[in-house]
Amino acid sequence: MQFPENLKYEKTDEWIKIDEELALVGISDFAQDQLSDIVYVEIAAELGDSISKGDTLGTVESVKAATDVNFPVSGEIVEINEALADQPEILNSDPYDKGWMIKIKLSDPSELEALMDANAYEKYCQER
Amino acid sequence: MTFTPHTESEVEAMLKAIDVERIEDLFQEIPEVFRFPDLDIPSKLTEIEILSELQEIASANATTDDMLCFLGAGAYDHYIPAAVDMLLRRGEFYTAYTPYQPEISQGTLQAIFEYQSLICALTGMDVSNASHYDGATAAVEAVILAYHFFRGKRKKVLLSRAVNPQYRQVIRTYTHGYEDLLITGDEQATPLKSDLESIKSQIDIDTALVLLQYPDFFGRIIDYASLIDAAHEAGALVAVAINPTALGMLTPPGELGADIVVGEGQPLGLPLSYGGPYLGLFATKSKYVRKIAGRLVGKTHDIDKQPAYVLTLTAREQHIRRDKSTSNICTNQGLMALASTIYMSLLGKQGFKQLANLCYQKAHYAAQQIDKLDGFEVVFIDTPFFHEFLVRCPKPVSMINLALQNYMILGGFDVSEDYPKLENHTLIAVTEKISKDQIDALCEALEEVAHD
Repeated sequence: MQFPENLKYEKTDEWIKIDEELALVGISDFAQDQLSDIVYVEIAAELGDSISKGDTLGTVESVKAATDVNFPVSGEIVEINEALADQPEILNSDPYDKGWMIKIKLSDPSELEALMDANAYEKYCQER
Repeated sequence: MTFTPHTESEVEAMLKAIDVERIEDLFQEIPEVFRFPDLDIPSKLTEIEILSELQEIASANATTDDMLCFLGAGAYDHYIPAAVDMLLRRGEFYTAYTPYQPEISQGTLQAIFEYQSLICALTGMDVSNASHYDGATAAVEAVILAYHFFRGKRKKVLLSRAVNPQYRQVIRTYTHGYEDLLITGDEQATPLKSDLESIKSQIDIDTALVLLQYPDFFGRIIDYASLIDAAHEAGALVAVAINPTALGMLTPPGELGADIVVGEGQPLGLPLSYGGPYLGLFATKSKYVRKIAGRLVGKTHDIDKQPAYVLTLTAREQHIRRDKSTSNICTNQGLMALASTIYMSLLGKQGFKQLANLCYQKAHYAAQQIDKLDGFEVVFIDTPFFHEFLVRCPKPVSMINLALQNYMILGGFDVSEDYPKLENHTLIAVTEKISKDQIDALCEALEEVAHD
């Protein structure tokens, strides 16, 4: 199970990778492992949408469950990973790199402070 | 499976296990006055006695075997080949329950797959589920699909006034809890003649769905192409409620650009019955497959490369998606879907076309003859229609229908309750079962009862 140091994590198992005022969002290794084989990814947001922390980013369906993915921070959608529509299994094989789901422009960077770092998130996962 | 009641000792053991003295104690939550009320029913009878009594009560009803039926308005008196019932009652098929275990359910699964394939061929759509309760509940699912497809951002659903009034009522009942959803477009004030223009003018970027009927409630065949285009231009979806029999001669709605096709499957080999069971047809384009409710069977192959059938895309459904599922519909009318599959297979493509043609020709003969009668007028005589048409009568339809009973004729549907401006208007349906002589008999009877 991987918990990259350079990411921040949300309790609902999303990760966020900051690059100045832009950020990539995806689901963690722990989340993909819990879900097992992912068969469908639906992104519920559209380019240009303004979203708030906690809004639904999309839905991930696996062979045994369907779960919502939420935005860990507020901002504006600047890019969507279109590859996931045809190859949802990327979320299983490469959740932290090719499996990014959405790129957003942060509107309130202070929201990042409420998220967990890799150590805290790893501990949080172990306790579940 | 036999029914084996618990023995007294078993009941005692169970009560002891949960530390309860008497079965009655389990019902303490129910107020005492409602608990074990005295029922005012006659004393018991033997099986022979009760059968005779029930038969006597049942014989007070007349069925379409006894009476000549011109009643339609959504459910139609078609001939059902004897083989339908015979095959349907085979033990292997005689369960409506969902085949969760593909390893022991290949026959049922294949039958459902064939059903889906037939419905897709008939409607010109990519995907059919199996199935809904009836035409009305299938129409509701079209509304729910559209609402969720736009994630609640589009809040208006436009219903044509020429959609079956019962479908429209059921849509309103089902969507009662969708507080931000506006179901509109079918106001009584809109004249039927300008129904489509009215709908067209109300389509906007807030419109999720436009629901049309084809043929419409009055049997009319209307070219919806420009209306469908207008809806698509505004980004809205279009659902078309069909009569499957009519698709034996009409262009499939899929080719007209419909996004969703719903319909009442009863004409496909199911007997007329008050309260059903009927069959809700539901088909869409591939694009919407993740949003549809109900069962879907897919064809794949097993490890030996043998064809195999399985329930598929189940993550749409409530047992996986839980509170996030868009519909609570799972198993529906599996046996009725099977009946319709057998019916369509027996008729075949040519037979189905012939059936539609017979209905069409007979209805047109009937319309011509009725229009000649003094005091009667076929209302939309210049509009193409299928096997049903609206007739203005010289007196209230309820009076005419009552009088027709003396001729053992079941008259048409009195539309005045649903369409108050159509006072004294009846909807006459003619199927392949009706002969020319019987149509002439209806005309004679109408002439007599109209001028009593």
